[in-house]
Amino acid sequence: MSGTHHHAGEHPPHQPDIEEHPFSTYQVMAEAVGELLVEKQIISRDELRRTIETIESKSPAAGAKLVARAWTDAAFKARLLADVNAAAAELGIDAGPVPIRAVENTPSVHNVIVCTLCSCYPRMLIGLPPPWYKSRAYRSRCVREPRAVLSEFGTTVPDGVEVRVHDSTADLRYMVLPMRPKDTDGFDTDALARLVTRDVLIGVSVISDFS
Amino acid sequence: MSFPTLAVGETVIVRASFPPGHTRAPHYVRGRRGVVAGIAGQYPNPEELAYGRSGKPELPLYRVRFHQRDLWDDYRGSADDTVVVEVYANWLERSSEGRP
Repeated sequence: MSGTHHHAGEHPPHQPDIEEHPFSTYQVMAEAVGELLVEKQIISRDELRRTIETIESKSPAAGAKLVARAWTDAAFKARLLADVNAAAAELGIDAGPVPIRAVENTPSVHNVIVCTLCSCYPRMLIGLPPPWYKSRAYRSRCVREPRAVLSEFGTTVPDGVEVRVHDSTADLRYMVLPMRPKDTDGFDTDALARLVTRDVLIGVSVISDFS
Repeated sequence: MSFPTLAVGETVIVRASFPPGHTRAPHYVRGRRGVVAGIAGQYPNPEELAYGRSGKPELPLYRVRFHQRDLWDDYRGSADDTVVVEVYANWLERSSEGRP
C-alpha cells in the first residue's frame, strides 16, 4: 500500500497469538474447574467439547424464525407471548430450560433488553451475546439513558412512544418481538425471518419499513 | 421469612436495604416505588444458592415496572418511559400510596 510501506524485517507481519495476553483470573478458574471435572471423571473431554460446540452453534436465526412465524400466524403469536420455550419446541427449536419471555413492540411501546447485574441473555435461543452487551457502559447506560444508547445504534424512538427497558436480573430471559415492517405482505416466512437480526431481537434496532 | 403475596397492578416499594452478600436486587431500584407488571413464578432464593445452599424455600418472583422519572431525578426522555425489573418477594413491600 502506498504511503504505509515498511521495509521487510522492520515490522514483520505478525498477528498476536492469543497466549500473548495473560489469562484473567476467571479464565484460569474455568480452565481449572474443567480439568478437575475431567480428572474426577464427572464429565469427559468430549462431553465438555461438545457442550461448548453446542453453545457456540446457536444463532439469532432461531429467534428470527419464531418472529416470522408469529407475524404470519396469530395463534402461534399468542402461544409465543405466553411461553417462548414451548412455542420454540413446536418448531423443533430447543430454547433450553431457562424460561424466556417475548416482549412485543407496538406503535406505543419499544422494548429493549439488558442485564445490569451481569450479562444474562437468551443464549440457548439466539446465541452468544455481542461483547458490547456485556460491557459496563451498555449495562449501566441502558437503564439510565436508554434513548441516548438507542440513538448510538441508529435507532430513534419518537417521544410519544414509551421506551420499556427489561432488566433481566433474575430467572427469566427476554427476546423482543419486533413490529412487522410495512409492505412485506408478499414475503414468505423465510424472507421475513431474514429481516430479523440479533440487534432487533435485543431491541437496540428496529426493522425499517419497505415503503 | 414473611412477605406479601402480590397481584398484578399492585403498587410496591423495594426495600431500601443494603445487606452484605449476594442479591439480585439492583441498587437503582431499592427504596423506589413501582407496580407489579407480572408474576414470574417461584424460584430458588439466589441469596442462599450463591453460598452453596439449597435455595429452599423458593421465593415468588415478580416483574415490577418503574417509571424512569421515579428512578432518576434528571431523567431525560419521555415521562412514559419505564424499566421492568425482576424482583424477588423478599425485597418487596406493599405500598398503600400511589406514585410519588
